[in-house]
Amino acid sequence: MSSSSDAVAGRPAERYGPTAFSWTRLLEWSVRREIWENRSIYAAPLAVAALVLFIMVVSSGNLSHWRRVLLQPDPVRRQAALEQPYDIAAMMIFFTVLFVGIFYCLDALHGERRDRSILFWKSLPVSDTTTVISKALVPLLVLPLLSFAIILGIQTILWLVRGAVLMGSGLGPSVAGPQVRSVPSPPALLLAVLVTALWHAPLYAWLLLVSGWAKRAAFLWAFLPFFVPSALERGAFHTSFIGSFLRYRFLGWWGEALGPRGQDRYGLQALTRLRPVEFLGRPGMWIGLALAAAFLAAAVRLRRYREPI
Amino acid sequence: MAILEARGLRKAYGETVALDGVDLRVEEGRILGLIGPNGAGKTTALNAILGLTPYEGQLQVLGRDPWTERGLLLREVSFIADVAVLPRWIRVSQALRYVEGVHPRFDRAKAEGFLAKTSIRPASKVRELSKGMVAQLHLALVMATDAKLLVLDEPTLGLDILFRKQFYDSLLNDYFDRSRTILVTTHQVEEIQDVLTDLVFLHRGRIVLSCGMEEFESRYAEVMVNPENLAAARALAPIHERHVFGRSIFLFDRADRAQLAALGDVRTPSIADLFVAVIGGSNGAPGAAR
Repeated sequence: MSSSSDAVAGRPAERYGPTAFSWTRLLEWSVRREIWENRSIYAAPLAVAALVLFIMVVSSGNLSHWRRVLLQPDPVRRQAALEQPYDIAAMMIFFTVLFVGIFYCLDALHGERRDRSILFWKSLPVSDTTTVISKALVPLLVLPLLSFAIILGIQTILWLVRGAVLMGSGLGPSVAGPQVRSVPSPPALLLAVLVTALWHAPLYAWLLLVSGWAKRAAFLWAFLPFFVPSALERGAFHTSFIGSFLRYRFLGWWGEALGPRGQDRYGLQALTRLRPVEFLGRPGMWIGLALAAAFLAAAVRLRRYREPI
Repeated sequence: MAILEARGLRKAYGETVALDGVDLRVEEGRILGLIGPNGAGKTTALNAILGLTPYEGQLQVLGRDPWTERGLLLREVSFIADVAVLPRWIRVSQALRYVEGVHPRFDRAKAEGFLAKTSIRPASKVRELSKGMVAQLHLALVMATDAKLLVLDEPTLGLDILFRKQFYDSLLNDYFDRSRTILVTTHQVEEIQDVLTDLVFLHRGRIVLSCGMEEFESRYAEVMVNPENLAAARALAPIHERHVFGRSIFLFDRADRAQLAALGDVRTPSIADLFVAVIGGSNGAPGAAR
């Protein structure tokens, strides 16, 4: 035994400095690590944003399109035509982020077992719970905030470019008003992206669970249990209860968040009618969140026992 | 004070018993080599010690139960589970930043100091490094972490002899002091003979030999017996006999050195020779060498 054994009785001695970091610090570094590893988290939405922006900036120089819009006698339809590019841009980012989230989750707990790096991660004082939560935070928080920033950026650039074109062409005065109103307010947009993410939480959590469980073909394990019964149901009974359920879980947030079907249901103006309090009161939301929590808890437990593939 | 204490440690995977009642005690400041053939249960034992797998029996590491207190334990225990488990996408600088971010006892400047002596550049990704460099990087991370127990599972597998030598040299010169404890498993036993303070042979989930290296040197003797002394040598109950280039080499346990010297050249056996004698030769009847 060494002479310094009086300072070390199996428990950390003070001379070592801090013995623990806060949970939030571990979580923050874990999320940062996920973003380092998965550059598609920001690269894919940014690439789509660049493409969308390029096409729209080029097409906004098309004056005949503007004249057609302005000749539209119905003010509602004219407004809708003015808003359309902003809607399309936002939807492209929404769906890109959904796909990035799906593929991210499917690989999140699978890749680390495949390349054996789980043995390195597990050698550090970061618990399985922190790790799984950090991975869930990518689709539930990082991606929504990123898509919010990107959509806001695209819409601002688009709005400036289109405004400049209108002013330069002399068409400006007649459409300046509607054009100004065609961008939703940032708070409404922020709420929309967060609400979407919460609605998709059970989907992401399920994918994380499968990625922590499957030895291979995580994609098939994740989706076949739903699509095969759905196809069988359609074939055997000519009904589509499972199919409607899936559609509801993928796309239902819009209807649940924005209330009954309206004329502008899919437009961005609908966002101004977003009622988060009511939305949070929907059973579909809470059942989904409860399921998500259960899936994540199972994923934590699995990660404890799982070894490299 | 025991850094590690196991009593009746047992682990079975279905019908296969990986650990069959292991009793082990490791004191502070020791370097213990856990040696055994493939499938002996070495990795299972280390996984139990690191809280990576549940087990039966009693096990305390740094006074904690590894399975239920893994998170706490890992602040004071470092391990290299295998070569090449560093994620291939990570940059050297990112690895340093991340470990600094999550490990309260990691000293980044120290790790950078170790890396400065190698040809590893901070901007490189792990996938761009050679296998030896990855091991160097991992070792730098571990050596810059102020842990009480370091567990190494085949840390030099697949590395060339220069890297292997350097690995253990760095470990001894720049890391080990008498307040740390190291647990290592490896097949490359020749290289760690001078490094270890304690030796444990594990075979079929049981400990078949456990001794300190001082004891090893006083207890075991290898004699290259002159042909005319063969019968006399066999009479002294050697634990193993082999033939090399027509000469007979006997391995004795606790034999009288003076008697042995009369038979031929006496020397301390290598761990590898004892391993073959205890496990290979007897085909592993547990307890053969006790």
